[in-house]
Amino acid sequence: MKKIDIGKKILGENEKYALENLLFFTKKKKLCLNIISSPGSGKTTILARTINELKGKIKIGVIEGDIQTDIDAERIRATGAPVVQINTEGACHLSAAQISGALKQLPVEDLDLILIENVGNLVCPSAFELGENGKIVVLSVPEGDDKPAKYPAIFAKSKVLLINKIDLLNGGQVDFDIERAKADARRLNKAIEIFPISARRGDGITNWCDWLVKSVEKCAE
Amino acid sequence: MHETMVAQSLMAIIAEHAEKNNAKPVSAKISCGMLNPVSDEILRFAFEAIAKNTPCEGVKLQVEHKPIRARCKNCDANFEVELSLPECPKCGGDDFELLPDAPLILEEIEFQTESRNEKN
Repeated sequence: MKKIDIGKKILGENEKYALENLLFFTKKKKLCLNIISSPGSGKTTILARTINELKGKIKIGVIEGDIQTDIDAERIRATGAPVVQINTEGACHLSAAQISGALKQLPVEDLDLILIENVGNLVCPSAFELGENGKIVVLSVPEGDDKPAKYPAIFAKSKVLLINKIDLLNGGQVDFDIERAKADARRLNKAIEIFPISARRGDGITNWCDWLVKSVEKCAE
Repeated sequence: MHETMVAQSLMAIIAEHAEKNNAKPVSAKISCGMLNPVSDEILRFAFEAIAKNTPCEGVKLQVEHKPIRARCKNCDANFEVELSLPECPKCGGDDFELLPDAPLILEEIEFQTESRNEKN
């Protein structure tokens, strides 16, 4: 038997593309955020609401990741924002090379902010850097307040936590202790910004959009 | 699910070294951080499936999970994070900065040396 030391990054190929993407965003002074959540937590509704809210203030382009169909891309297209659809055909996450390809189809020069909607999955996408400036994790209240404790990786790595569907809390049909979810998310990530929102009704959207505008301005400096 | 992509990348690197060394790989040791969601069992299963009828068939995978470390903002201690109770073991503080999680790395490959002798 002969042992050989390798010491090579297994996802080095993905990281190479991620680094190229990051350099691209830095050079162009564009902000890129990677939105990650379970399926059905409201990512597309949040995107559409955000685009409409920020119309005339900042220009947003979207990269839509889905296993199949362009249902989500259609919903974004209806807002008038430029959108590129990536179908992963079974893969549970987007990869940096796919983003690199999608960027060539977006009018990047005309945009201030590029939002990536990752494939609905709270686990796998957290392992694949896309070259984004930050990750946004969405947790909707019907999923349960124990998710930050049960899926620590994505909460530890994200810049922002959006707690969505808070309109359901008032009726008392959902048991969700918002303070517990916040405390568990902050346990591993003191710096995480948390915005409770309802993308459907509009609660908290102003605070989230203000944060976006400030982040875009900071990036463009 | 993404273990398949990890297995593919892993197999490509092992196959490359097998060819370079003209030897049959028998095992590989990989390491990754705790925040890297890799299931050993699924990775082995995926690797086994895609390695069939290739020079990597039968390669045994060994996975080492490295703990996450953090730096306490109160007392500056550098410590291993206990996910169930994340606090500084020195001062008990809970204001800390997570240090970068260990990346997914192929540490070493073990090759069979006999096959070489047969060839010579």
